[in-house]
Amino acid sequence: MSLLSVRDLTVKFAMRDETVTALNQISFDLAKGERLGIVGESGAGKSITGFSLMNLISRPGFIDQGQILFDGDDVARMSDKELRTMRGNRMAMIFQDPMVTLNPVLTIGQQMVETLRAHRKLSRAEAEQIAIVKLREVYIPSPEERMNQYPHELSGGMRQRIIIAMALLLDPQLIIADEPTTALDVTIQADIMELLLELCQSNKVGLILITHDLGVVSQMTERTLVMYAGRIIEAGKTREIINDPQHPYTQGLINALPQQTLPGHKLKQIPGAMPSLTAIPAGCPFSPRCQYAVDHCRSTLPEVVQYAGVEVACHEVNRLHNDRLEQSA
Amino acid sequence: MLAYLVKRLFQAIAVMFAISLVSFAIQDNLGDPLRELVGQSVSDEVRQQLRDELGLNDSFLQQYLRFVGNALQGDLGTSYFFKEPALDVILKKLPATLELVFGATVIIIGLSVPLGVYTAIKPNSVASRIIMGASIIGISVPVFLTAILMIFVFSVELRWLPSFGRGDIVPVWGYWSTNFATADGWTHIMLPSVALASIMLPLFVRLIRAEMMETLQSEYVKYAKAKGIHPGRIYFVHALKNTLLPVITVGGVQIGTMVAYTILTETVFQWPGMGFMFLEAVNRVDTPLIVAYLIVVGFIFVVTNTIVDLIYGLVNPTVNLARMGA
Repeated sequence: MSLLSVRDLTVKFAMRDETVTALNQISFDLAKGERLGIVGESGAGKSITGFSLMNLISRPGFIDQGQILFDGDDVARMSDKELRTMRGNRMAMIFQDPMVTLNPVLTIGQQMVETLRAHRKLSRAEAEQIAIVKLREVYIPSPEERMNQYPHELSGGMRQRIIIAMALLLDPQLIIADEPTTALDVTIQADIMELLLELCQSNKVGLILITHDLGVVSQMTERTLVMYAGRIIEAGKTREIINDPQHPYTQGLINALPQQTLPGHKLKQIPGAMPSLTAIPAGCPFSPRCQYAVDHCRSTLPEVVQYAGVEVACHEVNRLHNDRLEQSA
Repeated sequence: MLAYLVKRLFQAIAVMFAISLVSFAIQDNLGDPLRELVGQSVSDEVRQQLRDELGLNDSFLQQYLRFVGNALQGDLGTSYFFKEPALDVILKKLPATLELVFGATVIIIGLSVPLGVYTAIKPNSVASRIIMGASIIGISVPVFLTAILMIFVFSVELRWLPSFGRGDIVPVWGYWSTNFATADGWTHIMLPSVALASIMLPLFVRLIRAEMMETLQSEYVKYAKAKGIHPGRIYFVHALKNTLLPVITVGGVQIGTMVAYTILTETVFQWPGMGFMFLEAVNRVDTPLIVAYLIVVGFIFVVTNTIVDLIYGLVNPTVNLARMGA
């Protein structure tokens, strides 16, 4: 049985004049201990997916329809109290920017202890002991001292380690990490990712990694979802998606990686930009930017189909696949 | 910490010096004190002689240096009207004013925090709309009008509360007699305190609400929710503590401003404090008393602001007082 099963999840935002659809009929599954990557450009709906899994979408956004079955319970229909018992306990989240995630006026110890005591009947001293053990697990030097320090006394990398330790405090079944290294120095990014991977594997915790970095996804995850304009357009085993992407958008993302370009040449970027949620084009939302688009693409929304081992939403997937085979032959 | 204190002390001295210069300069422009001091029958020669004796014919610089020299020894001149040291006159009136300011401050703090937090958490509720609407009225109506209105309602019509004076006061220590020891004292201080609070309270409700709403949008509040923290703790520990940091700074300045606002409140309620005294001194062209009042109020401003800055440093962990002194 899968740990998480999302079915037809639709998230809308009630703006002043109209209601826009930020997530459109998203469905995916996550097995126990599985690591899943969600990739796409800014505005694709990656972060909204992450937040809605915790039912943390705040007004004017709301979950319009769909199910988020987490270990048998539907997160989309939980009461406030049930949500509170689940958040941070069975499902934890790592936010993007560690510089603004921790409360500046509370010590690290206070923020860890309150999390433990929100979910378990523990004395302050017991909670502190658990917190110190967890800090040690994320290789924080002299954790006893850190407990009494305020966030501003620590570096960004150190803070993100602490946030990872906080995510693991209550031994959750799933961790959602929303671009956990985007705000960090490049030199620390790899360390943090390695730590996260190591801890998820050793604790058998499921991970949903939201990122725009395909390189990170290929190292960290077993399966990948590619999102575009609030929809999943390609999903499958990470290895398949990286090595043989079927959707022209995924191909564009991979071709745009600097490693794919010879030094001194221009990076191959995808022309145009992600459409705004208020003006999603008819038919395939990617069609205006797609060099292979035909009339059919501009009028009809493609269904998700099984093709070459992945799920993909593209009308022309068969033709494009055969063309690529011919070219390489 | 010590270095910071010394630095603040020097700043305070510089400010006090500026205040003394400005208040003393006013003295020259308040008309001839002789007219009030002596009757019409006194001849010009005697007047001239008196002027010399009082040092009124010396140059401004001479007069100012003499004033500062005396002030440093605790002598702010002698009141023409009371014929006693101006500082003594003020110190006798100071407790009444400070008790009034204290009463108003308690009302402001006691009400603005819960109201500000409530209107921030439930911005669209009916109660919030009423509070916000009332706060606009409170800010717009001047203190003396609020005061007269309250006297009309609570003293004249309902006859619940007395309209003037301090009532039964109990001596505590030195010049200090308190209103807070008898029931009669309590009823007397009620209306003046509310009137004095009427301007600052809405200002603080709005300030706390605005800061709180901004804080509630922050990432760390969202993160606290994601950790499953109880909303009560999120509001009152995570958000309120961050909300109060800027409020403390503004609050310090406003306490000083309130001491000055007492002039209006005390006049309407015939409250025997130093604001009322100041207005009388202006009417009597009692220049030494006017100057002394300005200096004492300036001093209160400087002291409260320094204390508030120190408190801010203690409350906000990102301010390191030890390092700021360097």
